[in-house]
Amino acid sequence: MRATIGRMIEASGLTKHYGRTVAVDNLSFTVSEGRVTGFLGPNGAGKSTTMRMILGLDRPTSGDVRIDGEHYRDLRQPLRTVGALLDAKWVHPNRSARAHLSWLATSNKLPGTAVDEVLDLVGLTSVARKNAGGFSLGMSQRLGIAAALLGDPKVLLFDEPVNGLDPEGILWIRRFMHRLAEEGRTVFVSSHLLSEMSQTAQDLVVIGRGKLIYQGTVGDFIAHATENSVLVRSPELGRLAEVLSAEGAKLSQDGDGLQVSGMDSAEVGELAAAARITLHELSNHAGSLEQAFIQLTGGTVEYQAATEEGPTA
Amino acid sequence: MTTLLATERIKLFTTRSPWWSIVAALGLTIGFAGLVALNHSEGRPLQVEHSQFGIQFGLVVVLVMAALAVTTEYRFSTIRATFQAVPNRSAVLVAKTAVVAVLAAVIGEIAAFGSWTVTRVIAGGPEMAIATGADVRMVAGVGLVYALAAVIAVAVGTLVRQSAGAISILLIWPLLVENLVQLIPGAGPHIHDWMPFVNAERFLNPPEFTTPPIGPWGSLAYLAGVAAALFAAAMVAVNRRDA
Amino acid sequence: MSLLAAERIKLFSTRSPWACGLLAVALPVGFTALLAAQAGDQIDATVANTQITTNLGRAVVLVLAALAVTSEYRFGTIRSTFQAVPNRVTALTAKATVVAAVTAVIGALVGFGCWGVFRAIHAGADLALTGAEDWRPVAGQALVFALTGLLALGVGILVRQTAGAVALLLVYSLLVESLVQLIPKIGDDIQRWLPFFAADRFIGATGDDAANRSDLPLSPWGYLAYFAAISLVVLAAGIATAARRDA
Repeated sequence: MRATIGRMIEASGLTKHYGRTVAVDNLSFTVSEGRVTGFLGPNGAGKSTTMRMILGLDRPTSGDVRIDGEHYRDLRQPLRTVGALLDAKWVHPNRSARAHLSWLATSNKLPGTAVDEVLDLVGLTSVARKNAGGFSLGMSQRLGIAAALLGDPKVLLFDEPVNGLDPEGILWIRRFMHRLAEEGRTVFVSSHLLSEMSQTAQDLVVIGRGKLIYQGTVGDFIAHATENSVLVRSPELGRLAEVLSAEGAKLSQDGDGLQVSGMDSAEVGELAAAARITLHELSNHAGSLEQAFIQLTGGTVEYQAATEEGPTA
Repeated sequence: MTTLLATERIKLFTTRSPWWSIVAALGLTIGFAGLVALNHSEGRPLQVEHSQFGIQFGLVVVLVMAALAVTTEYRFSTIRATFQAVPNRSAVLVAKTAVVAVLAAVIGEIAAFGSWTVTRVIAGGPEMAIATGADVRMVAGVGLVYALAAVIAVAVGTLVRQSAGAISILLIWPLLVENLVQLIPGAGPHIHDWMPFVNAERFLNPPEFTTPPIGPWGSLAYLAGVAAALFAAAMVAVNRRDA
Repeated sequence: MSLLAAERIKLFSTRSPWACGLLAVALPVGFTALLAAQAGDQIDATVANTQITTNLGRAVVLVLAALAVTSEYRFGTIRSTFQAVPNRVTALTAKATVVAAVTAVIGALVGFGCWGVFRAIHAGADLALTGAEDWRPVAGQALVFALTGLLALGVGILVRQTAGAVALLLVYSLLVESLVQLIPKIGDDIQRWLPFFAADRFIGATGDDAANRSDLPLSPWGYLAYFAAISLVVLAAGIATAARRDA
């Protein structure tokens, strides 16, 4: 069975229970061919579980997910279709990087040259004979990416690829994602950081507590989610507030000023002028991406920390 | 299947565990045979079966090695990488078991013939010749027993998934539980007759030594039956579980 | 004192010590119940013979004690331990104390449990604990189990890997010591100086032929002292090694 053209990953009604915990709850989404789709959600939202179900590692409690129209378990040589990096530590520490790639290659009848090619591609050729157990996180991550690229797949899955990396490593991964996208591959990459996704992804699938919150382009998500507001300061703040609220604006105190929403700065200025109110400040405030993300998923964070820092684990 | 066998072979031999297993199994069995031969009394010539006293050392090493071949995959989560590369889990388990069992058989043959050779060189008389069918069974049969033990250990390792648990079961069961069963008054000896490793031992025993209810080859068939049943259980478990 | 509490919390806040502890008691006691239910001609109803299956508990205690330290290496928590208590000798001594206490309790439960269940089922026999000879095999299990725990802990510290330590301890105690006997001439002489053989002589159950041998070099208490010496030497070697090498 072929998928509808352009839909590379299709999840419908995906649900996973672990005992009484519902990790993924009736989740449906699609990932389009040839695009980078970010899979966004707070930690514990069910991203890794979803990825494991896509790869046939965990069995959905109900629902279904297909890659290019097929269940993962029905793929004959899956590494030729889907490459994935879910956890860079899924290697035997006493096995060399080359040996790790070479058993993977053998299992999917990939030519031996593929091993050298991907080692070269991720820059691990010089340490290929070293045991993977001694690798730094950045090197392990590169080895994981090499494994994902081994079969030259058209679909790639990455779970939190930049987590824990140093800035250099993050930059490397980001560039790599762009390159994969330019090559026309479908990339599905998860993260709990919206800023990271806005740098790499074109489309977004946003989940919280296992449920779908949003699916669409990154631009739409930002426009949809961030509400602009206007900051005004004035010696006659009380009178200004009356005038603005009479015109339907929503107000909130912000220090010695007012946050006005539902109205742009031009309208606020004109209303103030008509009422002959002196303004000391009139400025536009674009809501940040992170704010929008927290606003959307705020009620759905699995382990809400007591401090303002939010979950970090 | 050949692809999968090659995959599992690479996986097994690119870690250290099979290598030290080979060294430990051969060193202990053949070394023990040497010790026995060096200390034997001139008056009582050694028989073929005396050369195989240390064969249980190799057996326990094989049990540990075979269990580790699968539990370390769970320990380091490479089982996920494996199932990602080959979603047909039954095929993976068959291939892994086959590779480990073949290695175990080879270790068994070298251990048995090595022990026999060392004994023969040190203290050999005409009694040490492999002359009868029973002699062949006692020496060449070791490989068969080791291979079936490996199948049992892979199955237990797959079911338990933890190294410590699997190794404990695989060592405490044959070395202690099967012996203690004998002590149960009344039914004990009858239960003892149907313990898998008791049957492994009976297959390798000289004909005059014990009178098993089903004969040496029956004992081997019974051991194979136990291995097949455990292997089937492991197959079901591995297909049903999340990786 | 706080160190002991820390080690106690560490041991009891994971599942495997509980599982091991439970098995260590349930397996021998359950097995003894099986034996006792039908005991007649084959097994004499003596106090020492109520302890025939206790080696099953001892084997599990070997695993428990080895895991107490190898799982710390497995999960890297040994580094946190040494970070919190930089004096490694102190840290590991505290761990050894907790392991010894826990395994002693398990040993006491096994000893009295097996005796109790045997006595309850086999009501006719005179199994009252009347003299020192009766108390030694039963209450003595606490000592044997504690020393077994310390020995296994020492091996665990030396080996650091769960699989290696568990395999070594079980193969040695259950196989090597009995196969040694098969070596002609010298086998018996070697066997009488092996640690678990010594521990068995202290308990003195008539499970094996060696129990009735009259040529043994040490008395039961002498054998216990010998077993204790070996256990403590192995433990000391482990602690000394851990103090010297990188965590």
